Amino acid sequence: MHVSALPASVTDSASDTLTDPMLSSLDGVRVSYAGSVAALDEVSLLFARGEQVAIIGPSGAGKTTLLHTLGCAIRPTAGRVRVLGRDPWAMPYKALHRLRSELFIAPQSPPLPPRQRVVNAVLAGRVPQWTTWNALKSLLHPLDAGAAHHALAHFRVEDKLFLRCDRLSGGERQRVGLARLLVSKARLLLLDEPVSALDPVLAKGALETLQQEAFARGATLVVGLHAVDLALARFARLIGLRSGRVAFDLPRAKVTDALLAQLYGAELGVAFQEPPSTDDARLKVIRCL
Amino acid sequence: MSTVVRSVGPAPASLRDPSGPARIAWTIAAILILIPAAWLAEFNPATLMGEASLRATGQFLATFFPPALGLDFLELVARAAWKTVAIATVGTTLAVLIAIPFALIANRQLSVSALAEERMCFSCAAVRTGVRWLLIALRTVPEIVWALLFVRAVGLGDAAGVIAIALTYGGMLGKVYMEILESNDARTTRALLVNGASRMQALLYGTLPVCLPELVSYTVYRWECAIRASVIMGFVGAGGLGMQMELSLKMFAGGEVLTMLAVFVALVWFADLVSAALRRWLG
Amino acid sequence: MSIPASAAPRFPVKSVLVPTVFLVFLGACITTLSGDWSGLFSRSAVANMLAFFVSFFPPAGSVAFLQRVVAAAMETLAISLIGTLLAAIGGLALALPASGRSGKIAKALTRWVANVLRAVPELVWAAMIVVATGLGPLAGTLALAIHTTGVLGRLFAESLENIAPEPYEALRRNGVSPMPAFWYATFPQVLPQLVSYTLYRWENNIRAAAVLGVVGAGGLGQMLYVYLSLFQVHEASTVLIAVVVLVGLVDAASNATRARLIR
Repeated sequence: MHVSALPASVTDSASDTLTDPMLSSLDGVRVSYAGSVAALDEVSLLFARGEQVAIIGPSGAGKTTLLHTLGCAIRPTAGRVRVLGRDPWAMPYKALHRLRSELFIAPQSPPLPPRQRVVNAVLAGRVPQWTTWNALKSLLHPLDAGAAHHALAHFRVEDKLFLRCDRLSGGERQRVGLARLLVSKARLLLLDEPVSALDPVLAKGALETLQQEAFARGATLVVGLHAVDLALARFARLIGLRSGRVAFDLPRAKVTDALLAQLYGAELGVAFQEPPSTDDARLKVIRCL
Repeated sequence: MSTVVRSVGPAPASLRDPSGPARIAWTIAAILILIPAAWLAEFNPATLMGEASLRATGQFLATFFPPALGLDFLELVARAAWKTVAIATVGTTLAVLIAIPFALIANRQLSVSALAEERMCFSCAAVRTGVRWLLIALRTVPEIVWALLFVRAVGLGDAAGVIAIALTYGGMLGKVYMEILESNDARTTRALLVNGASRMQALLYGTLPVCLPELVSYTVYRWECAIRASVIMGFVGAGGLGMQMELSLKMFAGGEVLTMLAVFVALVWFADLVSAALRRWLG
Repeated sequence: MSIPASAAPRFPVKSVLVPTVFLVFLGACITTLSGDWSGLFSRSAVANMLAFFVSFFPPAGSVAFLQRVVAAAMETLAISLIGTLLAAIGGLALALPASGRSGKIAKALTRWVANVLRAVPELVWAAMIVVATGLGPLAGTLALAIHTTGVLGRLFAESLENIAPEPYEALRRNGVSPMPAFWYATFPQVLPQLVSYTLYRWENNIRAAAVLGVVGAGGLGQMLYVYLSLFQVHEASTVLIAVVVLVGLVDAASNATRARLIR
């Protein structure tokens, strides 16, 4: 398993990075929707600049809510959020808008308009850097089709450049959504299940590309993943989320099978017919989820 | 800070936008059509936004205020509005009386000759097709043209409006009645006809009970449209609120026109309410 | 196969009350209408009416006259084209706030404006605009544009409200301003419906454009009105045929285009 080399500062303990003005954090954050159901409860996390983190947990654990709260899309009911060193909810609206252009949220299902061509869907990631006039001109005749092509090539879908989005398969759409990220200039990348529709080979390649891009930009990468094996293989730090709370926040080496079994508790119970041996348990934790 | 993907400018030749030439062609075609069209329609934004034109428009709009609110005038308007409702109601009733026989004749379900084999005898089919074409003819000519013609034929006044609505709406209702009757499940009617019921009996016991709510609902909706149509026809002399509005416009009495416009909008809104309530209650 | 069971015996309020009220209402309407109704249906009156309609045949067909009819038809077509196009632009401009993107007050205000524009029929608009701009096709174009803006404004607003919000929201969250986000995310989603509604209104507007001329707004309608006033019935019937043909052609073109779009 190839692991891309990360700068030493990223693997240091969190205390060294507290003085970094570009860190993002959640502090005692609680997010609850209508009623009393808390999607996030007392979550406190710190993300240094350039860190690459995977968030794992069972369905409904709050991965999506956490990513969106970090991305200034959801305002927490309690607690404080810092994004790239700033408090998004204490800013005037214009400053928040500018802050948003420095982050990139990739939702679980790629938000591509069905009848739009791939080239425009990808270049939409560059629009925050363009003037309104240029953005409109690009719709009529793409201003930087080469960049879109280059970005798509990283995910092996460059031949779809001028096709309509609704003519693509699910996996192709997901890769187009990721290509949009490549042409943006964001420094905080928040990805929700970015490779869920890709086969294992493509998924590994796509994650590798994303991580290399994040490293090259010095961007902070936070990825919500369902595939625990991918998370263990590719990320130096894993955060386990369960029922809106942080179950653990550890470097990869310290994540044991017992912790994983605890995290996915109820789901694990359904998958087994009888008490397994410890070896079987380790294998099944990685494959069934 | 370097990125994996740099800006590389426009696409290399192999990446030319495939829809580029087609878009340019369509744009040129659109310009070639729209510019002469705008000239024909005398639509010239430059003159429209010119100072003289704007001033004229301003003066014109100023004549509308204040709206005329004298009691005599309001009574006149109320009477004209009631006339319009009367024209629409009587016209729609006549339209229903015209539509029913046509719909029945053209209705294939009531065809006795189609019972045995699956196809109608030739003369029956010919009559049915002829009736369909007549209905189409009645519908295609716009209502106001009928109003114009009948004003010439029977003179100014309510009669022309009533007949014009009766004929056009007769065609419309005929077609829709036919469609509603035909979309009905034919088995019930067939069963009655096969067992010797007359066509009228088959209609009353088979088709009508099921279709009646929909028929009534559409007719009430058409009545509401007829009120709007009556006002429009009034502009060419077919009576009611429209005729009064045209008179006031000719005399440049903007305030009176404004009051009548308001009454018209209120009338249409009220008819809409009544029609919706009726349809809910009956349907 | 089943035969419907007879209705259960209970007092049929609807079947008795409704026709009674209706007949009373109808009676009131009939008495209001003035005019010599008995004279209208007398034999001589009917014969006169029939003779009047028969006199329309044959339609006039001299080449010079036909050229003028074709020119008027082109004018009517132009009125309907430009009027509908202006209305599509105006309707979209109205629909953006009317779909709620700029707050509740803007939404209520623009919806009210669209309703007022819709409520007044094209003919009434034309009759009023003629007073300001004088006789001619400009009044017809503007009248069509104004009325149809109200119609399309409301239809477009409903389309905008019914599309999936995710593409637009995703762009906004990544720092794209509202206007570019609209053009990149919302517009491609809603474009087919906009075009479909516009084409549908064009079918209606070609009929409207044909008759607007009756109040002096140009095209075939104005021609018809003039010939009818002068009782030149042969010329009038040619113009009528031209109207029917033009309407039929535009209907066919609009249907064909809409069928192609759905592909």
